[in-house]
Amino acid sequence: MTKSDKTDADGSVSDRPMIEIKGMHKWYGEFHVLKDINLSVAKGERIVVCGPSGSGKSTMIRCINRLEEHQKGKIIVDGIELNDDLKRIDRIRREVGMVFQHFNLFPHLTVLENCCLAPIWVRKMPRRKAEAIGMEYLERVKIPEQAKKYPGQLSGGQQQRVAIARSLCMSPSIMLFDEPTSALDPEMIKEVLETMIELAESGMTMIVVTHEMGFAKTVANRVIFMDEGQIIEENDPESFFSAPEHDRTKLFLSQIM
Amino acid sequence: MINNDSLPDLPPPRTSVGFIGWLRNNLFPSPLNTLLTLLALYIIYLVVVPTVSWVFLNSDWVGESRDACTSGGACWVFISARFNLFMYGFYPESEYWRVNLVFAILALLLVLLHIKQLPRRGWLGAFALIGYPIIAFYLFSGGIFGLEKVETSRWGGLSLTLVLSGVGIVASLPIGVILALGRNSQMPIVKAVSIVFIEFWRGVPLITVLFMSSVMLPLFLPEGTSFDKLLRAMIGIVLFESAYMAEVVRGGLAAIPRGQYEAAKALGLSYWKSMSLIILPQALKLVIPGIVNTFIALFKDTTLVLIIGLFDLLTTVEAGFKDSHWLGYALEGYVFAALVYWIFCFSMSRYSQNLERKLHTGHAR
Ligand SMILES: Nc1ncnc2c1ncn2[C@@H]1O[C@H](COP(=O)(O)OP(=O)(O)OP(=O)(O)O)[C@@H](O)[C@H]1O
Ligand SMILES: [Mg+2]
Repeated sequence: MTKSDKTDADGSVSDRPMIEIKGMHKWYGEFHVLKDINLSVAKGERIVVCGPSGSGKSTMIRCINRLEEHQKGKIIVDGIELNDDLKRIDRIRREVGMVFQHFNLFPHLTVLENCCLAPIWVRKMPRRKAEAIGMEYLERVKIPEQAKKYPGQLSGGQQQRVAIARSLCMSPSIMLFDEPTSALDPEMIKEVLETMIELAESGMTMIVVTHEMGFAKTVANRVIFMDEGQIIEENDPESFFSAPEHDRTKLFLSQIM
Repeated sequence: MINNDSLPDLPPPRTSVGFIGWLRNNLFPSPLNTLLTLLALYIIYLVVVPTVSWVFLNSDWVGESRDACTSGGACWVFISARFNLFMYGFYPESEYWRVNLVFAILALLLVLLHIKQLPRRGWLGAFALIGYPIIAFYLFSGGIFGLEKVETSRWGGLSLTLVLSGVGIVASLPIGVILALGRNSQMPIVKAVSIVFIEFWRGVPLITVLFMSSVMLPLFLPEGTSFDKLLRAMIGIVLFESAYMAEVVRGGLAAIPRGQYEAAKALGLSYWKSMSLIILPQALKLVIPGIVNTFIALFKDTTLVLIIGLFDLLTTVEAGFKDSHWLGYALEGYVFAALVYWIFCFSMSRYSQNLERKLHTGHAR
């Protein structure tokens, strides 16, 4: 494993792993979708995951907050090992924010209500305080003026930024992104990527599934390439893009670049 | 030749717009259509003229007994003379105010609950769902605070219809929601119980349910336990309708994209919180037409309680024209009953359309 020389905002990549995945396997019925996944993510590290469609990228990051269950191996998030214990799952979900390809905003609630919901009902925060925090993050993603609108009235890029703000309102220590820009028109991709770059600069631990190689080059500490349920290659972005080791990586890179 | 000046806007030809244009396009576009239009007009004429004459022109409106009905058209005197029977059944006349009060409070609550700016609307809603039914029950049945006791067998008419359908509507929706969630549950026992319950009640006709509840249930109960007939009918209706409601709600749940469940989970919301805050508000909104449809069906189904000897609106109307003083006025009775049912059902339907518009948040599916 290559340690990157990139550092986060306060100038250090801490050694304590935020996420540790050891020998993890997952099956969908008979189908062996993830095979022997090993991954350790330090605090403040930014990891980009790429690979062909169906290679198991989504499944892997969805195992981290237990949207999918793994059958073998260990996943330890911020010192808590994931198992069937609902309390642990809840604790981990509070620590881990997730942004989806199709935003998944709640269409019956306003933008601000989308942001406040979890702080109020999960963190038991008073409504006033939750709203203040909601507005703060909406300002950070640069759409405070849309707070009273419904998600259906916003553009795709705006919706995705609301989704990021909604996750941040829970003050997570880890953010997972599953192809956050692939449902967006080109002109909106930029605004979402800028939001994510700012988040990275603030020192957030991030795992991002994306095919935006420009983003990977500027932001990632490490790039992971997956194929057929396995991690095939793992390297710092410079080496990954300039000198891929495996043939499958080369083929994949030649197809998307 | 190319014309470089922009052409002025001209009015369309007279024959294609306005009333004349509409007539030409829709009623008389071809000889065959003209023939059909004339035929349809003739049929409407055949139906409408005698109806209007029977209902309005040749009808009798004032009087005390059938002697007042001399014009040969509808005898609305029958309705006005027996109006109290149709509204209150055999409820003692001196106690009518109690029934009136119950419905007056209900109307007041409904109005207040629709005022957005009202402070503490949540508490008022809770009162409407919990406190009000208790008050309504004691006002109806009496027996406390010196109110005369009125047995449920004396309740009747429109007020009984409203009590039955009100209880049915208020109870079947939450039970239906629970059953729908149960049917979608990951827990095998909960799922199985819900499926068996829903399929059992959907599989038997309501008339059988009512009949069994009044004839069979007492056979299973220990001797001497009396179990109010109205209460049994209510339970039968509620169980029956909640099975239907469950399937309507399940349709709504199925239409919610998986991403909504996942987003709720990812934010750390528990099962009940994600259901009550995220999934159900959307699912119920989607199936408002189906829910109201079930409510309307329920409202009309309450007429079936006549087979177990309860006197709802329709039964009191029938009792009215079977009375020897009023023999022969069945048509007036049925028209009146139909009108009352129609007014309530149509109001529900309009209200649901209103609600749908109000709850629309610009999210195109
Ligand atoms: N619920 C499921 N049941 C069965 N198979 C599934 C399920 N979800 C995903 N799969 C399969 O698992 C494999 C990995 O899916 P996954 O969504 O993780 O791929 P991915 O790398 O994210 O692909 P994409 O780039 O298309 O999003 C695919 O072959 C997919 O068909
Ligand atoms: Mg995917």
